[in-house]
Order: sequence, then C-alpha cells, then structure tokens
Amino acid sequence: MSQDFLLSLAQAVSKGLLTGMVYGLMALGLSVIFGVMRVVNFAHGEMMVVGMYLAWMAFDALQVPPTLSLPLVAVLFFVIGYLLQRTLIQPFITRPEHQQFLLLLAVGTLLANACLAIAGPDSRTIMLDSQFDSYELGPLVLDAVRVHAAVVAFAIAALLWLFFTRTRTGKSIRAAADNHMGALVVGLDVRRLYAITFGVGAACVGAAGALMITIIPVTPFLASEYTLLAFVIVIVGGLGSLSGALLGGLLIGVSEAVAGLLLQPSLKSMFSFGLLIVVLLLRPQGLLGRKEAR
Amino acid sequence: MSRITPRVMGGLAILLALLLVAPALLGGYGLSVLILVLYFAYVGQAWNIMMGFAGQLSLGHALYAGLGGYMAAGLYFHYGIGPWAGMFVGVAAAVAAAAVVGYLGFRFSLAGVYFALLTIAFAEFTRIGFDNWPWTGESGGMFLRVERGVTDVANLRGGPVLFYYVILFLAVAAFVLCRLLLESRLGRYWLAIREDAEAAQAVGVPVLKCKMLAVTISAALTALAGVWNAFYYNNLFPETAFAMGRSIEITLAPIIGGLGTLFGPFVGAVVLTGLGEIFTAVGDKLDIPGIKQVFYGLALLVIVMYRPAGIWPWLAARLGIK
Amino acid sequence: MTGARLELAGLSKDFRGLRAVHDVGFTVPAGAIHALIGPNGAGKTTIFNMIAGVHVPTAGTVSLDGRKISGLRPDKVCDAGVGRTFQIVRPFRGLSVLENVTIGALHRRPHLPDARHAAEAILQRLGLADRRHQPAESLTLPDRKRLEVARALATEPKLLLLDEVMAGLRPTEVDVMVAFLRELNAQTGLTILLIEHVMRAVMALAAHVVVVSYGEKIAEGTPAEITRHQAVLDVYLGEEEVA
Repeated sequence: MSQDFLLSLAQAVSKGLLTGMVYGLMALGLSVIFGVMRVVNFAHGEMMVVGMYLAWMAFDALQVPPTLSLPLVAVLFFVIGYLLQRTLIQPFITRPEHQQFLLLLAVGTLLANACLAIAGPDSRTIMLDSQFDSYELGPLVLDAVRVHAAVVAFAIAALLWLFFTRTRTGKSIRAAADNHMGALVVGLDVRRLYAITFGVGAACVGAAGALMITIIPVTPFLASEYTLLAFVIVIVGGLGSLSGALLGGLLIGVSEAVAGLLLQPSLKSMFSFGLLIVVLLLRPQGLLGRKEAR
Repeated sequence: MSRITPRVMGGLAILLALLLVAPALLGGYGLSVLILVLYFAYVGQAWNIMMGFAGQLSLGHALYAGLGGYMAAGLYFHYGIGPWAGMFVGVAAAVAAAAVVGYLGFRFSLAGVYFALLTIAFAEFTRIGFDNWPWTGESGGMFLRVERGVTDVANLRGGPVLFYYVILFLAVAAFVLCRLLLESRLGRYWLAIREDAEAAQAVGVPVLKCKMLAVTISAALTALAGVWNAFYYNNLFPETAFAMGRSIEITLAPIIGGLGTLFGPFVGAVVLTGLGEIFTAVGDKLDIPGIKQVFYGLALLVIVMYRPAGIWPWLAARLGIK
Repeated sequence: MTGARLELAGLSKDFRGLRAVHDVGFTVPAGAIHALIGPNGAGKTTIFNMIAGVHVPTAGTVSLDGRKISGLRPDKVCDAGVGRTFQIVRPFRGLSVLENVTIGALHRRPHLPDARHAAEAILQRLGLADRRHQPAESLTLPDRKRLEVARALATEPKLLLLDEVMAGLRPTEVDVMVAFLRELNAQTGLTILLIEHVMRAVMALAAHVVVVSYGEKIAEGTPAEITRHQAVLDVYLGEEEVA
C-alpha cells in the first residue's frame, strides 16, 4: 500500500472521528430520551435540523457566532423539550408504540416544514473566519472548525455525564429509568423528571445542530437522514447507553468517511445499515448496552 | 368482530356501485384524487395485516412495494415482458425479502421498535443497492415509455381510467381477502399473537409460522401496489421507491383510520387524501414552500391526540354500527 | 376428553448457573388430581414451564402417556394435550371473553363457527356466559382466573396445569371453582395438576400432594400424610398454616 493511500486513509479516519463526535452528541439526545422513558423520538433529525437553522439564522441575521448561539439554542431547546414533553408527549408514554410514532412523526413533519417555509429549500451554510484554518498533527491536516466542533461536543457530553452522576436530579432520573415503579414509591416526581429528560435530550440535539452547521450546510430535507443516522448510532452503541451513543457516533463517523474514500459516495451508508442489521440480530442491546428483559 | 349487517352490506353495495361508475361522473382531477384514495386504502390494508392484525410494526414496507415495482417494470423495460407476468416475479421477490426480514426478526425475537428498525434497515440497504445496480438505471431512475391515447391492457399501458379500475379491483379484493382472513383460524391466531404471543402459544398457536404468514401475505399485496404504482407513474427512483417516507406514507391511512379494522384503511385514506388535496390548494394559494406539510403535520397531530385509536372506531360508534 | 398420565423424571433447570429446580420426579396417573405445593420461589412455576414447553429442562424428561414432550415448543405441547393457565393471568386483553376462549377452541376445531360453539359451551359451564361479549380487560380478577381456565379447557387437553387459579378468590368462589374442577374431573377423566397456596382447595381436590422447596422435592403423599410430615412443617413454619 502506498504512503499516499495510508495518509488519505488516516486523514479520512481523523475527519470521521471529529464528525462522529458531533454525531455522537446528536445520538446522545435520542438515547437519553429512549433510555429513560422508552419513547423513540422520531422527530430527532427534524430537531437537529431546527438547531442547525437557528444557529444559521443567529449568524446570518444577527452576526452571532455559533460559540454564542450554541448555549442559547441549547437552553431554548431545553425549554421547548420540557414543555413539549409536559403537554404533548406525557399522555402518550403508556400508549402503544405506533401512536407514539405517529405523534412524533407529526411533530417532526411540522418542524422540518416550518424550516422549509421560513428559510426556503436552498442549502444554508455559515462562513466563519476560521473556515479555512487548520491544525497540523504530524502529516495530518485537521480542519479547525471540525476540531472545535468535536471538542465542544465532547465537553457537552462530559457535562451530561456529570449531570447524570453527580447531581440529585440526574441521579433521580437514572433511578426512574431503572425502576419506574420504585421511583414512584420513593416519591420522585416522575413526570417532572421525564420532562427534564426530554429537555436534556432536546438540548443535546440542539447543541449538536449548532455545531453541525459549522461543518455541513443545512437543508430541510436532511431531517429524515439525521433521524435514521441517529437510530443507527444508538442501536449500534446500545439504546439508552450514553457512552454507547458516543462510541456509535465515532464508529459511524469513521465508517462513513472511510467508505466515502474507498467506495462511491452513494455507497457511503450501506456499511452503516449493514452494521445496524448485524448488531440488531446478534446484539440488540448494542455494543455497550446492558441486556434487558424483553 | 362485528357481523356485516344487512344495513352495512347495503351501504357497501351502494358505495361499490358509485365507485364503479365514478369515471363517468368525475372529471380528470376528481378521478386522480379517487385513484390516490384507493391506492392508499389498498396498500394500507396490506400493511394492516401485519401491524393491525398480527401486531408486528413494519416501517419498511417501501421495500416490498419497491421490489414489486422494480421487478415488473424492469422486466417490461428490458425484455418487454408485461406486468401481468412480471407481477409474479415482483411478488416473489417481495415475499422472499419479507421471509428474510421476518425470519431474522422473529427468530432473534426482536419486538416493537427493534423490529421496526430492522425493517427500516433492510429497506435502506436495498435502496442503496438499487442505487448502484445498473439493471435498475441506478439513481438516474427507470422510465417506462408513455404512449398517449393507446390502451394496451396486456401491458398495462393506458389512461387513468384503466389504472382506476385496476386499483379499484385491488382495493376491493384486498378488503374481501382481509375479511376472509380475519374470519378464519389464521386471522384469530394473528389477533391472539398481537394481544399476547406467549399466551397464544400456550393455547397451541404456532407463533412463528403465523407471523411469517402475516409478513409474507402483507408483502405480496404491497408488491402488487408497487407494480401498479410503477406503471401508473411510469418512473422509478430508488431514492423515492425505497425511501422511509414511502414506508411511513403506507402506515398512515390504517393508523389514522383505525388499526386492525377492515374499514380503517379506507376511512384513513379518504381523510388523508382529502386533507392533502385541500392543503395543496391552500399551499398553492399561499405560495410558501412546505406550508402544505405544516398543515398536514398539524392535522396528524390533532387526529392522534383526539382519536388515538383512529377515526373509524369512533365513526362506527356514532353511526351505530357494531 | 380423557386424561393422560404425566411423568416427570430427574427434572432439573439451571438459569445461568443458578439452580432453580433439581432432580424432581413424580407421576400423576391418568385421571388423577394432584397438587404441587411449596413456599414462594420453590420452583413450582419453573416446573410448570418445563412441562408446558416454555423452558427446556437442563436435565431430565417430561412425558405424557409415555411420550416425551420436554423440549417441544409450547404450541406442540398443547398439541400433545397439555392445557395451562398462567399464575399472573394473561388474557387477550383487547378481545372479548368469547373470542378469548374461541381462540383456544380453534386448536382442535379449525372452523370458526364450530370453535365459537364449543367456546360458548365452556363459558356456560364456567358461569361466564353472560359476560361473553365484554372485553377481557374489563373482567374482575376472579373472572379473569375463570377465563384462564376456560381458555385452557377449550384446547381440549388431557392434562390441565392450573397455576394458582384460586389465589385472590373469596372462600365461596374457591368452593365454586373446586366443585367445578371436581365435576370436570369426574365427568371427563381429565388429569389435573395444580399449583396452589389455598390449602382449603388442595385438601378438597387433590388425592396426592407433591411438596417442593428450594427446587427439590421434599415430600409427597396424601394430603393427610403431608400435613404430618416433619420436613413440610419445617418449611411452612411461619409461612402459612397447612390445613
């Protein structure tokens, strides 16, 4: 194998790892929501796209850079997620899966098409000053925006981990996820915890969107692709597992980048879906998930 | 499981008579809308067998429609073999795919969301495969020759009226078939599995076999819809034929209309197609991209919030049926 | 309907190294009513699940009239002539009472009208006929227990496994159920094995009692013998009174 090929492979892998970190943050949101309340957020990709658009608008209309808009988007998403859960989703927690699916499908349709109605079908992107900067790591050249996005995504994931392991609320949420009945018995306000969880999950995906817009342009039609991508990642990593979502994100990021290098671009996600099928059949709890009684 | 009373029978007869003469009464636009209604009623009926009767959530039914359509269209396109023969190949391909998806899913006991994700994964996998298979024309699509003014029933070439009667026949046949299935041992076994598979097995229901029958029968019917669809629209793209959006579209009429009911898919198709047409008209007036879908999303939201079990059970109660 | 002889030999079950049942063997002659008792967690339901095909035994065999049935799938065990109820009742919740029992009856009668006819007759016998069009989920617990029995009987078993069908019933309801089972047994010769905590029912029904504790058989005999058996008394001391 030639030196050139190895270098471009290493380049693709590093690019995939960096993008994968942002994928991981997006998937984290889905995983948190499912892990705690057993609801599959079919509007996840749509929420991602809304996050991308909000960061784009902040930059385009108000010249607010993503570094500033990201926390705002995350907070806004938290509030909206919290309210969404309290009003729309809570009554559906105990309903059959197909009804949850339809509800979130409707929410997703609304979100994606609201973006289309407001921002139009053209792809939108933001040009940062650092757009063409890069870091050199030995022979590797890493895009600065990608590195920044990955670092921030990692930092947010770390914060989330602290939240779930160190704070009272975070611990209560985990208790409610493990044992719904038990949580009720010891007097936890499960509804409130669910709303917070949905808020946290939404904040993750919103933040991921604000990061993603610095790497990839957005169109409303990307929404369902992101939903699928998030599904693939969390299943591969393990539905409900936080570290699994990050690992899955990295895996899928790398596999896409490498497949893009070796195969035609249109075959890029074939490997991801193949992986999804294998994992579903052989290890449905995911690579890092715990076995649960089904 | 209500008996079909004379009153309902009468209503159905009148409805069928109206549908039979509809092409003479309706203009081109009206007919095209009615064709959509019947298409969604038919394909919804097919999906309903799997989810509504046997309780297995498939979000990858585009796989079966796409395979049916591509096989029949490809045979016609490449070798001039008409769809009446080609549909057998299309159905066989869909049944084979369904057998693989079903067997793997059921054997490894994937349930609920996990099974649904497996069905999505297979549809996506196939989409990417077809995108890169020269026989299908790849992502550039496959186009069937359109001859204006020619009606060639043997090759399913012709105007909307031909396609109307074909889809009407399919919709009626699927309704009758579902009714017969539901009133058979197999149908009751499906309901038992839907309610509680373990309890069903304890009273002698061969669960795996019944589930396999549900997924293959459902896939075969869906494949026929795919064949019809390919020849009606004369073009096929992997990007749309196997899209998750296509799969989701198939699920909507039965869920909205009433899962597991015979009339649900039809009622759902009427409501959704009607709303779709109204919103398209409004959207064209407003001239805002996506506004049609915003209304559509709102409508879905309202329906699932206020009629989570579907419109038909509620409507039937109001009409005093059942 | 006639009864079949049930034979358990050297039956053991481990769950991931955890021993749930160890070397249990006993025989229920055709047409007899036997009871399986023991404290909670003794492995009674695991034994039932091995007979019914839900669990494959780690060792040992279950046979019905001399034919080995262990290792068969639950629906095949039902084919062989075993009907069972679930300790935590599992009706087909969304379906009517009649449909529930009809699905059981379809096992031996493939035509829906025949099966429905048979189901009606069984509902009549169990006193559920006036509730036959109610959805199963709307039934009270005692009625759900009766529905479990009705659905199992509809498969026309030669051996009926009853997992705590008396639990939660009032004493008068227990007496009705006991009378029904006794009559059923007398009329049809159906073999019955019941897991039961309600000793009043055990004493009234069972000719023979098998006692398990910690997954092992510790005693068997007539109800009178069992109540005097020291090992049994030790196990039950402080648990619940025997007799």
